[in-house]
Amino acid sequence: MVDRPRQAGAPMAEPQPLKARVSGLSFHYGSLKALDGIELPVFERRVTALIGPSGCGKTTLLRCFNRMHDLYPGNHCQGELMLYPDNINLLGRQVDPIAVRMRIAMVFQKPNPFPRSIYENVAYGLRVRGERSRVVLDEKVEQALRRAALWEEVRERLDEPGASLSGGQQQRLCIARALATDPEMILFDEPTAALDPVATSNIEQLMTELKQRITVVIVTHNMQQAARVSDHTAYMYAGRIIEFGKTDDLFIRPRMKQTEDYITGRFG
Amino acid sequence: MNDLRRASDEQGIARRIRADLLFAAVGLSCLLLGVLTLSVLFLEMAVQGLPRLGIDFLSSFPSRHPGEAGILPAWVGSLAVMLVTAAAAIPLGVGAGIYLEEYAPRNALTTIIEINVTNLAGVPSIIYGLTALGMFIYQFGLGRSVLTAGLTLALLILPIIIVATREAIRTVPDAQREAAYACGASTWQTTRDHVIPGAAPGILTGIIIGLARAIGETAPLIAIGAVTFVAFLPDPPVLGEAPFLSAGWLHAPFTALPVQMFNWTVRPDEAFRANAAAAAFVLVLMTLAMNGLAIWLRQRMRRHVRW
Ligand SMILES: Nc1ncnc2c1ncn2[C@@H]1O[C@H](COP(=O)(O)OP(=O)(O)OP(=O)(O)O)[C@@H](O)[C@H]1O
Ligand SMILES: [Mg+2]
Repeated sequence: MVDRPRQAGAPMAEPQPLKARVSGLSFHYGSLKALDGIELPVFERRVTALIGPSGCGKTTLLRCFNRMHDLYPGNHCQGELMLYPDNINLLGRQVDPIAVRMRIAMVFQKPNPFPRSIYENVAYGLRVRGERSRVVLDEKVEQALRRAALWEEVRERLDEPGASLSGGQQQRLCIARALATDPEMILFDEPTAALDPVATSNIEQLMTELKQRITVVIVTHNMQQAARVSDHTAYMYAGRIIEFGKTDDLFIRPRMKQTEDYITGRFG
Repeated sequence: MNDLRRASDEQGIARRIRADLLFAAVGLSCLLLGVLTLSVLFLEMAVQGLPRLGIDFLSSFPSRHPGEAGILPAWVGSLAVMLVTAAAAIPLGVGAGIYLEEYAPRNALTTIIEINVTNLAGVPSIIYGLTALGMFIYQFGLGRSVLTAGLTLALLILPIIIVATREAIRTVPDAQREAAYACGASTWQTTRDHVIPGAAPGILTGIIIGLARAIGETAPLIAIGAVTFVAFLPDPPVLGEAPFLSAGWLHAPFTALPVQMFNWTVRPDEAFRANAAAAAFVLVLMTLAMNGLAIWLRQRMRRHVRW
């Protein structure tokens, strides 16, 4: 332990610009407090991993980023989630959730393709934005499918239903759907939980490529995955962030005993 | 026994199998009792009515002579009334159902509306008839017409369609909505592109079940004054010359199949009973056809929507 313990969210020496910063965020499902005073910096063009035992609030935190909680009544949150360079609080009442979701895409734990063709699945985000030109759609669909490493497998069958793909392919289809609209940030909620090792490593590879251009936040239960793909890791427990740091530091020299117990599998 | 059962288990397994058989027997008897009763009723109706059924019966006006009487105005009236009912109840019911599920804020007012809609589905149909008599005929002056009858039955089946729409919408997984919203879709885009297509088979079934209910209703039509002896047809809705469409039929006095049947059954002359049975047969066939259509459409559409 060479470093002095750093407070999560305190000014850091890293030169990368911030893409987002969560501060003082608390979240309630009705009367149940799911998040409590979350402080978390999200660096631009980096992968930030959220780890922690089941029920600690990872999904809840991730879904704050694209205002998914707005879809269900009875939830409320306090605190800030600043998006940069706009310097706007995404959680603000006057911020339109649609505007947020148009810039911050999400991939869910369970692949959820629409009951439509592969092509229409990927094109949906563009259609929602009013894109009609077949040329533009074709080009963006192909580009997104290539970036999701799915193009070669589906180029001959774009008109087949999305559900006809395997689980891993469906998840990559959902990733392509998220990428098609050029988001600035993409949120992954345990994207490989339902996938086999090959499909998992494809998607991990993809994430590494994604961060060349965009910011990634990923929730994962898989320690190796967090260690492999992420630049920063936050360890959460019971709605709080216990430790945040560079992934290498956090996995090799965790500052908190609790973090160490969790990542070495003695707990959780 | 040279199977897997251990001697110590023998007793318990045998007892549970006996219980299974007993329950299956009881269940089957219940089923047969219901089905048999219905079959006997249907057969009796067919035996009584079939001899009267023919082209003449379908294409004649009612008459004082049972052998010459037909159901032409009755089935044309039923059809016209159903058109009005469908045109009014489908958009209102589906729209209300969608609003309640996808848009309405969860507050006390919404809850009150929801409870009322559900309760309305259980209100006796004669009450709708009396309400319509007061509202459509005395207040709005729509007369004892096809339009009034159609709107009355629309009111009657509105709760059925709303409830069916809501239930169908609830079967659309939240994961689908979330996927659409996460793409940046608005509520209407999500509803139009995902919720309605996903719920369509269920909504359609609800609509047809509602219409099948409406086509057999008698009490509310009698309350609003269906004419039981109609010797003419409403004006045709389509004309040979401009403006091609005519609304005259909406204001025509009307009768309907169940009203005609009711009228015949209360006559003292036995011979009219056969007419009533024949009309009942036609009505049952129409209802069965509608239900069959509902099932067929649902199967067809289900094949396209898989989550
Ligand atoms: N829709 C909801 N309504 C009420 N409580 C909820 C809801 N979703 C989650 N919770 C509660 O909030 C807490 C945090 O849940 P969350 O889903 O964020 O955990 P998680 O860290 O993602 O867990 P997991 O690893 O199992 O996915 C849990 O106690 C959970 O029971
Ligand atoms: Mg989760």
